[in-house]
Amino acid sequence: MMRPYTPKDNVQAKAYYTDRFWVAPKVPHEPVPQEGVYAEDLAAVSAKCKVEDAYIERDQLVIHIDPNENIAALKILKEERWYEMLSELSAVDFLAERGGFEVFYQILNLNTAKRIRVKCFVKEEQAIESVNPLYRSADWAEREMWDLMGVKVNNHPYLKRLIMPDDWEGHPLRKSYPLQGDEFAQWYEVDKIFGKEARDIIGPENRDPARVDRYDTERFARLGHEVPRGAPAEEAMKSEETPIQYQEDEGVFMIEKLSEERSKVLERRK
Amino acid sequence: MQQTNKLRPFFENLEFERDDNHMVINFGPQHPSAHGQLRLILELDGEQVVRAVPDIGYLHRGMEKMAENMIYNEFLPTTDRTDYIAATANNYGFALAVERLIGLEVPRRAQVIRTMLLELNRIISHLFWLATHALDVGAMSVFLYCFREREFAMDLMEDYCGARLTHSAVRIGGVPLDLPEGWLGALAKFVNELPGNIKDYEDLLTENRIWRMRLEGVGVIPPEMAKSWGCTGIMLRGSGIEYDIRKEEPYELYDELEFDIPVTDACDSYGRYKLYIEEMRQSARIIQQLIAMYDDTPPELMAHAPQYISAPKEDIMTQNYSLMQHFVLVTQGMRPPVGEVYVPTESPKGELGFYINSQGEPYPYRLKMRAPSFWHCGILQDLLPGTYIADIVTIIGSTNIVFGEIDR
Repeated sequence: MMRPYTPKDNVQAKAYYTDRFWVAPKVPHEPVPQEGVYAEDLAAVSAKCKVEDAYIERDQLVIHIDPNENIAALKILKEERWYEMLSELSAVDFLAERGGFEVFYQILNLNTAKRIRVKCFVKEEQAIESVNPLYRSADWAEREMWDLMGVKVNNHPYLKRLIMPDDWEGHPLRKSYPLQGDEFAQWYEVDKIFGKEARDIIGPENRDPARVDRYDTERFARLGHEVPRGAPAEEAMKSEETPIQYQEDEGVFMIEKLSEERSKVLERRK
Repeated sequence: MQQTNKLRPFFENLEFERDDNHMVINFGPQHPSAHGQLRLILELDGEQVVRAVPDIGYLHRGMEKMAENMIYNEFLPTTDRTDYIAATANNYGFALAVERLIGLEVPRRAQVIRTMLLELNRIISHLFWLATHALDVGAMSVFLYCFREREFAMDLMEDYCGARLTHSAVRIGGVPLDLPEGWLGALAKFVNELPGNIKDYEDLLTENRIWRMRLEGVGVIPPEMAKSWGCTGIMLRGSGIEYDIRKEEPYELYDELEFDIPVTDACDSYGRYKLYIEEMRQSARIIQQLIAMYDDTPPELMAHAPQYISAPKEDIMTQNYSLMQHFVLVTQGMRPPVGEVYVPTESPKGELGFYINSQGEPYPYRLKMRAPSFWHCGILQDLLPGTYIADIVTIIGSTNIVFGEIDR
């Protein structure tokens, strides 16, 4: 029997059912108005940099620029247009469709309360220049972007994994990275503590004490009526209680059982 | 004897013993004042910090990854677990982002209830902050008083939604339940008594000599640094920059409500403490106005958008089409339009933003949480050098970071 083909470049959850004739609606992209704050911002950027696309999406200006000009564009916006705060910086994985990432910089002008999203498309092997000299907050954001997405950043002061351990392999937020983790992730603790040779001894079922086998219908939801694995469950349900005790009959040392008679129940809070 | 492929903790790579007078110490991740799972590697010259390297990731649960594998409604309870002190603020931030992506209008009564819950949650979060911060600095009794009031506020939350910490009380498109009988009366009683209780905390702390000595001039964040590091909320307003998203980019009912934004240019921990106290008073004031607004609202609780939001339970049980819609929305999930939004909200900690990139699928293509604590934790590496080791706990406390949302 042949296994059905599943694409490896995007292993995230997919819609189980999609109507063939369904066309997803789009969030409207409105043109940038001729006057106003956003028009001036856009004019300032397009005077020095190449603007690939610009529109208003849900009341925020979106500017697409060339990845090599990210410093130049953000410098203009910060120093000439007072977008002094970098609220967010991250990337979106489009490796499967377009072979790269969309990096976005979400910036805020504290005087006018306007927000701009500056976006650029970076190829997989292409590195982007760090905006750390402009916005100090880019330090951690770029580290996180490198850690979780694998977008390379040039001239960063300390480009080291931020969230995952330093010796981690792979970038967990990529679409090609499965939700349950790849083989390296699943055996990470075992490999580190006991060594790779212990994988066979420990086995996948003891690897993770929180592991739930969703196909195991025999030992699930029979609390107080457990049966050994493989034994028929009907027998257990007939008997009153299994010998497995979760608490001693006479109670736990130092802990008094709550008795309804001796406790006072308040009608309402004082 | 260390084998190469065996466990090799990273602190073993640090040089603890040095030739100069410097000492490297490891603070956390299991330090009681680390507010969760913060690990700080501190290089000390005597008592003074020379270099500080915050190390995070001990509470990483991959929420953004989980979001890409969950339908929108499924992800909402997960947002409770980010900033678990103020779960409603997270639920609301996410719900608002999805609503703005779809372009949804929420009924008036749901708006009133949501704003009430948000402000009640702000009080809970600020009380928790004051309690733990005072405890960190050494004022034990404040902790007990604050937790008493917080308990009452959490009882109110429990009466409304059944949960005390992980509320999930705000849903995409509105709220699931109307207020129970007598809830408004209890809420009014709570917010009327709160200013008196706040006065008790202030009597204990504001003019307390030890408290002032420990907080004044400690953790000074100049305005330029605050802007450059993306500080928001009280961290920004404590540095003299008046910016509150509730006022500047109003959402929900905040443009109809009267409240003040306290600002100080003290830039230190003491100034921020004063802001927290004042914000609690303002929240109580907002809730008092909302209680008066509730009665005039029509009874609808969820937005009417059959494509995205299930019909009310009554319709589902009586009308075939509503039942079909409900079935599709539960089993497959809603499919928002193709596009992206970034929606900021003012959570008790600062600017909580959700960036959602939708490709028209029932699963978000990319979801990025802009958690305020993440940036307020990053600032520690610039804030701590030059301070004394005794002030570190005060500074961490005054940044009000919660690790659920830093590591996500």
